[in-house]
Amino acid sequence: MNILVCISHVPDTTAKINFDAAGKGLDSTGVQFVINPYDEFSLTKALHLKEAHGGSITVLNVGGSETEPTLRKALAIGADQAIRINATPTDAITVAKELKNHIAAQSYDLILCGQESIDYNGQQVPAMLGALLNLPFVNACVDLTIDGSQATATGEIDGGHETYSGTLPLVVGGKKGLVEEKDLRIPNMRGIMTARSKPLAVAEPTENGAATQAVKFVKPAAKSAVKLVDSVDELVHLLHNEAKAI
Amino acid sequence: MSIIVFVEDWNNVFKKASFEAVSYAKSWADLAGTSVTAITSTHAQDPGTLATYGADRILTLSLSATPFGTAQQLAAMAEEATGIVIAGTSFGRSVAPALAALANGSLSTNTTSIPSSIAPVTVERGAFSSKGIETIELSGNLPIVSFVPNSIGIVETHGIGAVSSFDAAGTDLLTVTDKTVASGKVALPEAEVVVSAGRGLKGPENWAMIEELATVLGAATACSKPVSDIGWRPHSEHVGQTGIQVNPNLYIAIGISGAIQHLAGVSASKTIVVVNTDTEAPFFKAADYGIVGDAFEVVPQLVNAMRAFKAEQ
Ligand SMILES: Cc1cc2nc3c(=O)[nH]c(=O)nc-3n(C[C@H](O)[C@H](O)[C@H](O)COP(=O)(O)OP(=O)(O)OC[C@H]3O[C@@H](n4cnc5c(N)ncnc54)[C@H](O)[C@@H]3O)c2cc1C
Ligand SMILES: Nc1ncnc2c1ncn2[C@@H]1O[C@H](COP(=O)(O)O)[C@@H](O)[C@H]1O
Repeated sequence: MNILVCISHVPDTTAKINFDAAGKGLDSTGVQFVINPYDEFSLTKALHLKEAHGGSITVLNVGGSETEPTLRKALAIGADQAIRINATPTDAITVAKELKNHIAAQSYDLILCGQESIDYNGQQVPAMLGALLNLPFVNACVDLTIDGSQATATGEIDGGHETYSGTLPLVVGGKKGLVEEKDLRIPNMRGIMTARSKPLAVAEPTENGAATQAVKFVKPAAKSAVKLVDSVDELVHLLHNEAKAI
Repeated sequence: MSIIVFVEDWNNVFKKASFEAVSYAKSWADLAGTSVTAITSTHAQDPGTLATYGADRILTLSLSATPFGTAQQLAAMAEEATGIVIAGTSFGRSVAPALAALANGSLSTNTTSIPSSIAPVTVERGAFSSKGIETIELSGNLPIVSFVPNSIGIVETHGIGAVSSFDAAGTDLLTVTDKTVASGKVALPEAEVVVSAGRGLKGPENWAMIEELATVLGAATACSKPVSDIGWRPHSEHVGQTGIQVNPNLYIAIGISGAIQHLAGVSASKTIVVVNTDTEAPFFKAADYGIVGDAFEVVPQLVNAMRAFKAEQ
């Protein structure tokens, strides 16, 4: 089984987010970058599928050279090879088109993404990719089984779940549930050593032209100090009369 | 030309987020000096009600069961669209990007405002898990907006409301084999009030009072990540940076410390109430109102006080 895992390189969940003085983009000073948490579930699922069915795992990122440590980490966790498409994408469609061009020239059985990257919270790339490739897509995927060329996948929908069946190749936007938290793997020394000799290829982009333009970023207005109340009756009164929340 | 809005139903009844979507389309259409065309299922009950929120033309069609098929059907309307609005429900969040790819559109997801300008269409959206607000221009072809449910609000107005049927082909690349939705529960992403609890509740057996409070308030229930990791509550209730992001009018957090990853998914809530025994709990810094106290004492009192309040209304 040939599996592609699309990896997005994002600020660590504990990062304090600041923007540059002009508000044009993230101020990455002091920010640690990690594999997008949703992609980590997908990567681990790929490892499980490889262990069960054999095959190879490719990890891919569309990004500048600063994302290579993140790809190396994915190799250390167990991916077989990495590809970086050397572009600094400014929107999802640019990423999706780059991924499409790469995938169209390969033969992947399964394309695993994360549900969403926690930086720009787009939740766009995987569904765009499915549409561009005319391949079935399952978002918020919390369960996936493969039987030959058949896939059964369950996705979260508002207030419940939906299960689908289809034929490979399939595009997935994964999340916790695809594998459990305890299944996530931390790279060990051996993994880190072997990752150094695994291939990390750099490919040049084939697309240009974004469809959207970020104009400015600001931080949400700071909350004023909390009002501590002593009784639930006072709380109900304030929620009704002051906050107009009930 | 008009603003086209996709109107989703659930078991033939319109979702609340769908009325909000029509309201969104109406605000946009007014700015653009055009009309609103709503697209919905032939099975939806009483499509004419969409006029109440500003729909001028209502086209009904036999909708595809999957987001991809639906996106293809909507793409058939792209030539007539000044812009397209889709509510960011779970279905909508898959439809919108697929549509943008098929119709070569310019998409903003996670949108939290109506357009501030229409040349080009400019909106605000949440980024960095509510730690940032991005202003984005939909500078490409065909602007498409997917908005966060409950961020815009429903506005009643008058549309012409002419209903007719419409036909467009959509191919489902997947077969839906099973669908389960908890009945009688308020879906988290659309909820106006969310009652959420954390590890401070000590065990799953103590959630009855949380559910009772939610019932009294017509609220959805949620939980912190460790609570769903240990299996006290289902994964689908986990809110935060790596869970569901919510923006209700009221978020009540009980026995949750307020870790940065939790706040990232809930801080967009309009009013936040925190109940915690620890005055130093970081959640108090993000809260509007707080009660320093034991959940096991405060929550039952709150249930009673809210019940009395609701009875008076
Ligand atoms: C990569 C990553 C992603 C994460 N994503 C998320 C996420 O999406 N969502 C999320 O929630 N967390 C997330 N976390 C976890 C987060 O860091 C915290 O560990 C978690 O939110 C803490 O949950 P809690 O507040 O329920 O538990 P605790 O931190 O244990 O807090 C329990 C609180 O209850 C209070 N308490 C105790 N007894 C009582 C009582 N009787 N009455 C009232 N209060 C009481 C305590 O004072 C304390 O403040 C993530 C962590 C990582 C590393
Ligand atoms: N620059 C990128 N390179 C590779 N994959 C990406 C990139 N951006 C997003 N993805 C994939 O698409 C998923 C959803 O991202 P997004 O649409 O940006 O929220 C991520 O979890 C990744 O799997």
